[in-house]
Amino acid sequence: MTRILCLGTAVGTAAALTPSLVAGGHYVVLSIAWVVVAVLLATYATRRALLAKYLVPGTLLLVLFTVAPVLATVQMSTTNYGDGTRTTKEQTVARILANSVVPTPDSPTFNLSVATTGPGGFTFFLVDRATGRAYAGTPDGLAELSAEAVTVTRGFVTAAPGYTLLSAAQVNDAAEQLRDFAVPTEGGAILRRGLREAFEGRAVLRYDPESDTIVDQRSGTRYTVQRQGDREYYVDSGGERLSDQSWRAGVGLENYRRAFTDSRILGGFLRIFGWTVIFAAGSVLLTFAVGLALAGMLNDPRVRGQKWYRSILLLPYAIPGFISILVWSGFFNQEFGLINNLTGLSIDWLGDPFWAKVALLLLNLWLGFPYMFLVATGALQAIPGELKEAAIIDGAGGFTAFRRITFPLLLVAVAPILVASFAFNFNNFNVVELLTHGGPFTPDNPDAGATDILISYTVRLAFGAGGAQFGFAAAIATLLFVITGVLAAAQFRATRSLEEVH
Amino acid sequence: MTTRWWREVGWRHAGGLVAVVFAVVPVLYIVSAAFNPLGTVVSTDVVPTQFSLVHFRSLFEDPARPFPRWLLNTVVVCAAVTVVQVLSSAMAAYAFSRFRFRGRRGGLLTLLLIQMFPQFLAVIALFTMITELGAAVPALGLNTIAGYSLVLMGSALAQVWLIKGYFDTIPRQLDEAAVVDGAGHATVFFRILLPLARPILAVTGLLAFVGVIGEFLLASIFLTDTRSKTLAVGLYGIIESDRSNNLGVFAAGALMTALPVVLLFQYLQRYIVGGLTAGSVKD
Repeated sequence: MTRILCLGTAVGTAAALTPSLVAGGHYVVLSIAWVVVAVLLATYATRRALLAKYLVPGTLLLVLFTVAPVLATVQMSTTNYGDGTRTTKEQTVARILANSVVPTPDSPTFNLSVATTGPGGFTFFLVDRATGRAYAGTPDGLAELSAEAVTVTRGFVTAAPGYTLLSAAQVNDAAEQLRDFAVPTEGGAILRRGLREAFEGRAVLRYDPESDTIVDQRSGTRYTVQRQGDREYYVDSGGERLSDQSWRAGVGLENYRRAFTDSRILGGFLRIFGWTVIFAAGSVLLTFAVGLALAGMLNDPRVRGQKWYRSILLLPYAIPGFISILVWSGFFNQEFGLINNLTGLSIDWLGDPFWAKVALLLLNLWLGFPYMFLVATGALQAIPGELKEAAIIDGAGGFTAFRRITFPLLLVAVAPILVASFAFNFNNFNVVELLTHGGPFTPDNPDAGATDILISYTVRLAFGAGGAQFGFAAAIATLLFVITGVLAAAQFRATRSLEEVH
Repeated sequence: MTTRWWREVGWRHAGGLVAVVFAVVPVLYIVSAAFNPLGTVVSTDVVPTQFSLVHFRSLFEDPARPFPRWLLNTVVVCAAVTVVQVLSSAMAAYAFSRFRFRGRRGGLLTLLLIQMFPQFLAVIALFTMITELGAAVPALGLNTIAGYSLVLMGSALAQVWLIKGYFDTIPRQLDEAAVVDGAGHATVFFRILLPLARPILAVTGLLAFVGVIGEFLLASIFLTDTRSKTLAVGLYGIIESDRSNNLGVFAAGALMTALPVVLLFQYLQRYIVGGLTAGSVKD
């Protein structure tokens, strides 16, 4: 019964969404939605497919929101996608042409009512001031309306079934979305002018698909496609750009070439890579050393109150990371921070490249040592006590017994956890972003800060203030995938128990 | 308290106390800042000296920082993602533990491999994806809790290994006896295995929960509108806008966020320590 209800909901949702998806031209989303529904039906509408019934839900989510984005990132790394190249070539040409529309002395003018059928979908209802005829204009073209189709009051369309008409204030609010809205006509387009008026103008530019050129009909200048950097533009014979607007195009391995050959980028990249490794390795070593020392000290039957120690030491592990990191960022304040106050020092913790790195490691020690303490305690308790006793009877001192017997056994047990912790810190965006923002920065390279690790560098390239470089950032992210994969392989090898998957 | 005691046990306590102080100072500082009426960095000490609820009140009254709204958003995301993650993981773990099929070992290892790639490495593709999804279905776009939750559900199978390990320890004779009594596979899973696996479900649930509550990267990019924020990005915004003077308000919010999580951790401590040694990392 529940099953039928769930399946019915899925089919119903997809069916309900279909009309608006078709109207908006969102065919990718539409087909994915129906594929998901089909998979669910094939799995749960039959009595067979027992195995799939248990694997499908998680696998669907994993494929849609983890595997597919990873593959899309790799694909994106071979394009120039970013600010200025967000649109396709057709969209770019259409926009350039529409922007060249100018009114002529005999331009027809219209009374305009803007209407919408849903988010993002607009229609211009137009009444020709000269003839009084009513039209509906969309990006697909202009259609004349019969007298019954809409209500016209005082020269304006005031009601249309199936449409919501926008008030002047609403048109104003939607100005950003309406900026590029144009109704194409023979040799020109109808554009909005103000809130209640539109005019039909002629395009100065004309596109010739045969030769892939844009022609200025007044001056006769021809603009052809030329590659400049990793982008293509329409340029005249002198190389002057018609528009700074480019489009999304494949650039092969150009982004990788740039990362490894552009000396400024390469310098930053190698430095960041080096620090990422030091940061991750340093964090693991520090937290493990402190955690193990603590576990060794407290894991002794004569020490009372172990439960209390454990409860308190669990605190840094239990508090959500972003909170502790932000509190610590206050501690590092040079003038009022707790650390300088308590120690009497006057270190510029977050402003100095060296001390910022120390601060990061110190913070990560606090965040991570309780975890390592718990892990080491568990591993120590799993090592049979007789081994150590036998060594001591054979004449070894307490420390020698630890170094020769306990420590090697312990290392085998925790090796996979150490590698996992290394991989985790390798991509530990939160600590870096919330404590130092990757900084401090030098003026000559505002993209790569002193404490940046690869993931924080990638995010800044993609979403930072310097303009989106999605393609290039995707290339760095792809390199991160490869490095993480190598780490994962290392962990596989370190985990012997995996060979016994049963 | 003899020197012998000191040599054998006492120094261990001394080391433990140093660690306790190191662990506790930032926690005390949050508490102290939350109740300090001035709420500035300069006026806050580690040990609470004053008591006032003014910052808590301001969290609930200042419309510029709708803390209740962020709390609600966070609870919704955490609950949705945790339930989906634990349930789909448990279902897959059941298949991997109880069924024998081709590609089973390969499937398990693949899951382990994928799990090691943090989802947020694909942040750029996820961003374009959710932008396009939002253009088609606005309720799932940027600045929506639903769209953000959906993306986080990409980690639906993150807990398969832990749960499968636990299922493996539950004797198969139990399900076989039930099947003899006429139970179907669904009954075995929902009525027998799941109730018996409550401890591991609690731990994986908690791990999923803290993973979501601390998620910052994707939230900071997807949820930029004030009312759509989660606690992580919302509280970050408070402290970031004025690091010196907003400390009190931030600490009050942080305290209310952290307290339930810390209590849960203490309550489930026994199981967590067991799970940790099995190799799970909080993130």
